[in-house]
Amino acid sequence: MKIHEYQGKQLLKQYGVPVPIGIAATSADEAIAAIPNVQEQSGTEVVVVKAQIHAGGRGKGGGVKVARTRADAVAAVGKIFGMQLVTPQTGPAGKKVQRLLIEQGLAIEHEYYLGMLLDRATARVTVMASAEGGMDIEEVAAKHPEKIFKQPIDPATGWQDWQSRRLAKQLGLAGKPAQELAAFLRALTRAYEELDCSLLEINPLVSTKDGHVLALDAKLSFDDNALYRHPELEALRDPSEEDASEQEAKKWDLSYISLDGNIGCMVNGAGLAMSTMDIIKYYGGAPANFLDVGGGATAEKVTAAFKIITTDPDVRAIFVNIFGGIMKCDTIAAGVIAAVKEVGLKVPLVVRLEGTNVELGKKMLAESGLNIVAAADMADGAQKVVQAAKEAK
Amino acid sequence: MSVLVGFDTRLVVQGMSGSAGAFHARQMVEYGTRVVAGVTPGKGGAKVAGLEQVPMFDTVAEAVERAGANTSVIYVPPPYAADSILEAAAAGIRVIVAITEGIPARDMVKVKHVLDHEHCETILVGPNCPGVITPGQCKVGIMPGYIHKPGGVGVVSRSGTLTYEVVHQLSALGLGQSTAIGIGGDPVKGTDFIDALAWFAEDPGTSSIFMIGEIGGDSEERAAAFIRANVKKPVAAFIGGQTAPPGKRMGHAGAIISGGKGAAADKIAALEEAGIAVAPTPAEMGSTLAKLLA
Repeated sequence: MKIHEYQGKQLLKQYGVPVPIGIAATSADEAIAAIPNVQEQSGTEVVVVKAQIHAGGRGKGGGVKVARTRADAVAAVGKIFGMQLVTPQTGPAGKKVQRLLIEQGLAIEHEYYLGMLLDRATARVTVMASAEGGMDIEEVAAKHPEKIFKQPIDPATGWQDWQSRRLAKQLGLAGKPAQELAAFLRALTRAYEELDCSLLEINPLVSTKDGHVLALDAKLSFDDNALYRHPELEALRDPSEEDASEQEAKKWDLSYISLDGNIGCMVNGAGLAMSTMDIIKYYGGAPANFLDVGGGATAEKVTAAFKIITTDPDVRAIFVNIFGGIMKCDTIAAGVIAAVKEVGLKVPLVVRLEGTNVELGKKMLAESGLNIVAAADMADGAQKVVQAAKEAK
Repeated sequence: MSVLVGFDTRLVVQGMSGSAGAFHARQMVEYGTRVVAGVTPGKGGAKVAGLEQVPMFDTVAEAVERAGANTSVIYVPPPYAADSILEAAAAGIRVIVAITEGIPARDMVKVKHVLDHEHCETILVGPNCPGVITPGQCKVGIMPGYIHKPGGVGVVSRSGTLTYEVVHQLSALGLGQSTAIGIGGDPVKGTDFIDALAWFAEDPGTSSIFMIGEIGGDSEERAAAFIRANVKKPVAAFIGGQTAPPGKRMGHAGAIISGGKGAAADKIAALEEAGIAVAPTPAEMGSTLAKLLA
């Protein structure tokens, strides 16, 4: 689960991570009213108006403006609020800006990159830092891996101050900013751990002309598996940032991702679901979605999954590919039959069943009287559904 | 011959009184696995329907002391699963197979740290995996038993249902399996490809290997390097998620391409460079290995 920058900063502030003075707004009027407040609290005229959308690259798309006067700031709010912000991560349609962050302007000395995530190779949460901040960190990682410094966190001891001293040295920080970095990292690593983050990125982390260290940006993602122990984070979810079908799927605990193609897929198991997409592409088709109904699904859940697929207007044919383990084939058959009876079936449906209770499942589908194309195996099913989608165009 | 589980496996089912635990315990008994105990805290002495012959205990330690359990399979819900793994390790269980899906990464980081430092002899398989099966001997997990056949192919896979797919294809081609190990799709896990490959390389009952990887991380690349240096037996492989869009989490917490790393093309290139035959589609996994052995 992702949250907005301003929400991330509010959370980090609670842990003692220094962030600029800022006020979030959900309307242009609110944003304009916030400008003098931020100016007064910070003691400077300069404010930054920042569009709050989940996608990165906001600056490049014109979603971040530095304003030297109140009039400039008001103009920036007028320009950014409600705009269709296009960044490299939003896709060509862009994202409508419905929230703004008005923040104090800072006299920046230097920008750094700071990131925390789980390193799978070592099974440890790792802090990464670079003096090449503000830049595209993935480019730095690819071209100059030696400019990224890493410190893994020992699960037994947690983050240690010597690691901050080491990083400060590597980043070229000394004196007061180096001391502030130690406090910063102590707070940040605690926030990562206690909030069950899966990614925490401060890009840039800045040192200011007057010797302070602050988080100028904050990008937080949380481990979905741990959300059950953080009911407080649920309130930070922004439904307008999430795909409607994906939200419906979440209600049913289905793993669903919408894609650009026209072949709806219902599969059990993430690996098989990904491979089903692969084989559809291999035979010249394009999947409309990734959908893993999971292991212990009920017939009701299968029905819900089937409905989500059929509500996608782009879907020209549907491929159900099931290899039952925990999931029993008769459960899938019952769910599909119930869904078709409820919502009808306007496109060709190809079903491949294998695994636990396969004979019963096949028999149920055959006796249902529904117009279902049976597939002998995965390749046969993929070819049949690609053909059906082409003919339906 | 086989690895991890076989005729000498004495299994304790953690979470046997739950619906998934009970269902799969019955399936395992039916397959011939020696299920010697069940554990659910507070249910010691109780009977589970269809499993009346299997004694229930409150703790894994009792299952070890009184029923001689040496292997555990875990069907405990995610909030309690890390605790269950550590309980099994502390009780002296040798092989722990964690089926549970959805354990927080933070919990697994701690579990792995403790296992690596306090219980070096303990082998954890999973979590979020289908389990381990030695066909004709012992099934520990949730895989459909009937698709398997005893034979010489060692199978190791990050994906559950894709493992069933390859086993089904292999069996249909007359290629039985020595042991099939599902290592699971989570970012922090016990057994990794390299562990399983080393066991299969040593196992006299394994004559060839099929490996199923997927996008995300770099364990397939590391496995390719290991195979090149250490495995003399024929190896075929498949990588799932070749067409997955970057930055999207595809069900498995581990299966996400980020920052240009973990792409299928890189993994396939690394495997092919190591002399491994890579199946072009998931429908040709069995035939790719069969061709290699012909």
